[in-house]
Amino acid sequence: MTLQLILNKGFVFPFILFSIQKSESIIVVLSTHLFFSIQCLKNHINYRYTLLSCVSGVDFNSSNYRFAVVYDLISIDFNQRIRVKTFLKEGQLMASITSIFLNANWWEREIWDFFGIFFNQNFDLRRILTDYGFEGFPMRKDFPLSGYFELSYNSNKKRVVSNLVELSQEHRLFNSESSI
Amino acid sequence: MKLKKKELTKSVKNFTINFGPQHPAAHGVLRLILELSGEIVEKADPHIGLLHRGTEKLIENKNFLQALPYFDRLDYVSMMAQEHTYSLAVETLSDLTVPYRAKVIRVLFLEITRILNHLLAVGCHAMDVGAMTPFLWAFEEREKLMEFYERVSGARMHAAYIRPGGLYADLPLGFLDDLYLFVFQFNTRIDEIEEMLTSNRIWKERLVDIGVVSSKDAIEWGFSGVMLRGSGIPWDLRKSQPYEIYSAFKFKIPVGNSGDCYDRYIIRVEEMRQSLNIIEQCLSVIKEGPVKSNTSKQVSPSRVEIKNSMESVIHHFKYYSEGYSVSVGETYTATEAPKGEFGVYLLSNGTEKPYRCKIKAPGFGHLQALSFMSVGHMVADVVTIIGTQDIVFGEIDR
Repeated sequence: MTLQLILNKGFVFPFILFSIQKSESIIVVLSTHLFFSIQCLKNHINYRYTLLSCVSGVDFNSSNYRFAVVYDLISIDFNQRIRVKTFLKEGQLMASITSIFLNANWWEREIWDFFGIFFNQNFDLRRILTDYGFEGFPMRKDFPLSGYFELSYNSNKKRVVSNLVELSQEHRLFNSESSI
Repeated sequence: MKLKKKELTKSVKNFTINFGPQHPAAHGVLRLILELSGEIVEKADPHIGLLHRGTEKLIENKNFLQALPYFDRLDYVSMMAQEHTYSLAVETLSDLTVPYRAKVIRVLFLEITRILNHLLAVGCHAMDVGAMTPFLWAFEEREKLMEFYERVSGARMHAAYIRPGGLYADLPLGFLDDLYLFVFQFNTRIDEIEEMLTSNRIWKERLVDIGVVSSKDAIEWGFSGVMLRGSGIPWDLRKSQPYEIYSAFKFKIPVGNSGDCYDRYIIRVEEMRQSLNIIEQCLSVIKEGPVKSNTSKQVSPSRVEIKNSMESVIHHFKYYSEGYSVSVGETYTATEAPKGEFGVYLLSNGTEKPYRCKIKAPGFGHLQALSFMSVGHMVADVVTIIGTQDIVFGEIDR
């Protein structure tokens, strides 16, 4: 069920939740409504959130909706910030907002690279920060910190070779339980 | 041999060159695929990620205090500006208040950092374009400023001085006197650099009307900092969304009107003067007092306390081994770093490690527009545009 707020003269903004945390306003929308919401926030005369400052992905690997995509917008006219959040299940497609904000492209590429969230209608969805030929999505919580492969120079073959990572000691996590 | 008419026609293809990743004008490890028609750039496709170190992933596996030094290593020419943003984010989540003296010292060092960054930006930009001398002068001044870093933290660059809840330590004796001496002479140094460049015919030929960004495009591409102000938008987070004690200080925001590389150069120089002005104001308002918040769980106790109370010994041990937990919540904290808006999206799930720490680096957004800015310019102008964007790969590749 989507709560709807009538803002003025029949204009409906579809959101699930609106909250203010630490004096920052956060809107949660359905992923299917995201494109429309961002378009409204950018173009509506009352908002004018014309500058997209950042898009981030979050992985909640234990929850039903595994991923969150978070958009941070700035309204220079009204000196306001807003954060639009949307949640996705694994394998779900996301609408690209590159047709609204030009600079969303690299942020979306980064999220694709790190989390494997596919942005529909983004025509330049290449990997961006990881190495050429990298496999896997490193910012997912189930990806190990050390990764799977490491590169080293092999002097016999006269080239860089990739080997499986072998740790002489298991990676240890220290937390409040382990210190007792 | 008979020539056929079909074979006489030649198909012309655009010339594609590979610029970098090891090129002195690439400011690090930028690999640029340039599509040229003659010497005119048709398309520029930056390949980044050659300096990717997985900072965000590493931060998720460290506690809140251990995550701090990674921020020094992002944009390695404006170190304290970034650790400050992170500290602010942690303070927002855990509702820490910072004492007045710590705030003044923070602003002091943020402005030192701004000068540090702009000196490198202007110096390296000048060197890319062909002027060697300002670069050498700028680096001499940078050396002096890094000595101030060293005096407070022990490290010339990666200071880890501004920490959640205050500062690592108070200023050493005689620090402010020496800083005053620096401020006193630095204006002349800026004048010297300006004498060399501002009305220089070659410098102007290379910069004026190069990489023009209209105010509409600047917003469309999500620019921030000098890149946005160069296009005539008076947007500075120190003024519009003030943090620390910036609202108590008087300073001006220089704004360009044509949005070209020359305007951005002028703005950087003027911002250095304004920073100097802010440092002077800091020197006059600074008072004696504590430099750390007094919540013992989230701030390391002082040596005196450790010597006198068992409780403090325990706090000290817990603080440096297990770390401290930050209450559940999320924040996007942004500050005006020298390069633009530096943001930290911090998500805490109530443990002593950040659940997610997304870093918004200003250079990432700017480099994205490189193709847009360089289309129609010469290959040599691409170097000017990279210089004016003030690209540092530590923050872009993270």
